[in-house]
Amino acid sequence: MVGPGDEDFRTLRAVSSGTMSRSQGPRSPTRGRVRPKPASRTGDRVMFVLCAVACLIVVLTLADVVYQLADNARPAISKFGLGFLVHSTWRPGFKQFGAGALIYGTLVSSFFALALATPLGVAIGLYLSMMAPPRVRATVGPLVEMLAAVPSIIYGFWGIVVLVPFVLSIEPALHGALGFIPLFGHPATIGISVFSAGLVLTVMILPIISALSRDLFLTVPGELKDGAAALGATQWEIIRGIVLPSTASGVGAAVVLGLGRALGEAIAVSFVIGDVNATHVSLFAPGATAAERIANQFQGAINELQIASMFYVGLILVVIGMITSVAARAIARRFDVNRALGATV
Amino acid sequence: MSTGTPLVLGETGLFDPSAPLTPSGNLRRRTWVNTFVRITATAAALFAVAILVIVIFGVVQRGISSLSLAFVTQTPQGLAGGGIFNYIVGTVEVIALGAIIALPLGILTGLYLTEFAGPRSRLAGVIKLALDMMQGLPTIVVGLFIYGLIVIPQHKQSGLAASFALAIVMLPLMARSSQEVLLLVPNSLREAADALGVNRWRTVISVIVPSALGGIATGAILAIARAAGETAPVLICNSIYDPNHTSLNIFHGVPTIPMLIYTSVDLPLPDAVARAWTAALVLVVVILCANIGARVMLARSRAKMGL
Repeated sequence: MVGPGDEDFRTLRAVSSGTMSRSQGPRSPTRGRVRPKPASRTGDRVMFVLCAVACLIVVLTLADVVYQLADNARPAISKFGLGFLVHSTWRPGFKQFGAGALIYGTLVSSFFALALATPLGVAIGLYLSMMAPPRVRATVGPLVEMLAAVPSIIYGFWGIVVLVPFVLSIEPALHGALGFIPLFGHPATIGISVFSAGLVLTVMILPIISALSRDLFLTVPGELKDGAAALGATQWEIIRGIVLPSTASGVGAAVVLGLGRALGEAIAVSFVIGDVNATHVSLFAPGATAAERIANQFQGAINELQIASMFYVGLILVVIGMITSVAARAIARRFDVNRALGATV
Repeated sequence: MSTGTPLVLGETGLFDPSAPLTPSGNLRRRTWVNTFVRITATAAALFAVAILVIVIFGVVQRGISSLSLAFVTQTPQGLAGGGIFNYIVGTVEVIALGAIIALPLGILTGLYLTEFAGPRSRLAGVIKLALDMMQGLPTIVVGLFIYGLIVIPQHKQSGLAASFALAIVMLPLMARSSQEVLLLVPNSLREAADALGVNRWRTVISVIVPSALGGIATGAILAIARAAGETAPVLICNSIYDPNHTSLNIFHGVPTIPMLIYTSVDLPLPDAVARAWTAALVLVVVILCANIGARVMLARSRAKMGL
């Protein structure tokens, strides 16, 4: 008789009859006692400390960012105070600085980009999550995300060589068609404008909004959509009645994240906006944004106060950036979209 | 069962079996709206892909003509001639040092969040918030920070400063992606290791990290690809360098590809602009290949983990 229990039985008999040496038998309780070795506890502790230190570095670095900016901006803060935010003079030669025009330009270009990128991005998200055949989805989705991988310097270079001449050619037509809105004023002569900057920013934040909204739309339970379809709703009615309402806050968070990216973009914008310290209503006039001003003038600063003023501008950008991060988190917390938001770089 | 009574359809009156099966009235409007939406959404997706193609095509068209082996193996001659070898070396130096700083820190942060902090830990919430904020920092501000932290005390710009700045760009990306991947490691593996009496640190080193290694590597590649194209921090911290020689001393200014492009755009020399386009082509190709490679790796490691 050969069975699995056979061997155990034989071992048992050997032990009981004393024919088996002790080392081969079952371990005696004293020798086999599990005693945690001090070294291994040390290992645990070392690993924990390493991880905790890494986290500490993250938090301290962030705190130090704020400290360094505020510290280096101190001359400008003490000279201009909070009036810096509203005064729009920027005259390095006269040591007069104010970020009013920069903040205005930043907001206008970012919200213009957002106005274009939000409907486009949501539409792309809808297409990828609900309409595209699987094969198309697997190709187009990554391609759209590739837009986010292209570095900003490339967008800037491309923008000034390809986009600006194109904008120059369409500005008269836009002015003719939409000239009754003050935003579309008389075309400037060079095509370097807030409008061009807005278009570049649109391209840069489009992948963020579309990838996040696609991931959000995929989280809508299929039963809800199937139920609506069974009641005879068309796909658009399913989108409007079920998909968009149930993901609205997540889409809001995605839009805020896109806004944060647009507000802080320096290099690409610096190529196409002109860095002109002016607050024009027309989008076709050149302007300046906060981040772009730092990129454009930091190396050529002619006095200490100009450097300090740019640190002040940087401090404003940090505060805006932190507010957008917190806002996106707060909006996203209402739904469990943190994973979708974290997945996209 | 035929009783002779005609079927009644709503208010439309008698059922006419010979009528064509096309929607009418309200239903026709709804179908049209639906078709319109579908076409719009498809057009939006096509538009995004078209933009990508136009941008890439624009770079390839202008850069391909002067691309050659000599372009990537020679140092520049004068303002516009020669290759970009020293710029490639400089970029690699700066990125490599930044990665050496950021990748371990990022992985350790991810490990803390998944292995040591409880799911309801308040500290973990603070750290996640800090990572979000760090990721949301405009890169130009990161440059300013390092300028204040390193460049001002040292009284000189350096590749080292740029490395630290790029490390701050990479760190939140790395921590985020490691955390995501580590969360995917099945809990049964941890429990099995615990049941065998394995210490936590051994479990982490020999079970958890190896099974998440594919995803961690993917995150590392994506973070490095992102940092490779960053211009703003390099512009602030590392814009003074010798453009015509290979520099291996990271404590001085080091030439980098983004700076080459940034400074060449304004030059009134067509050859210099052409060189910048070719440098842009090299940069874009490397970054996009890294992204595609990372995607393939991710798909493979997902398949391996049975997701």
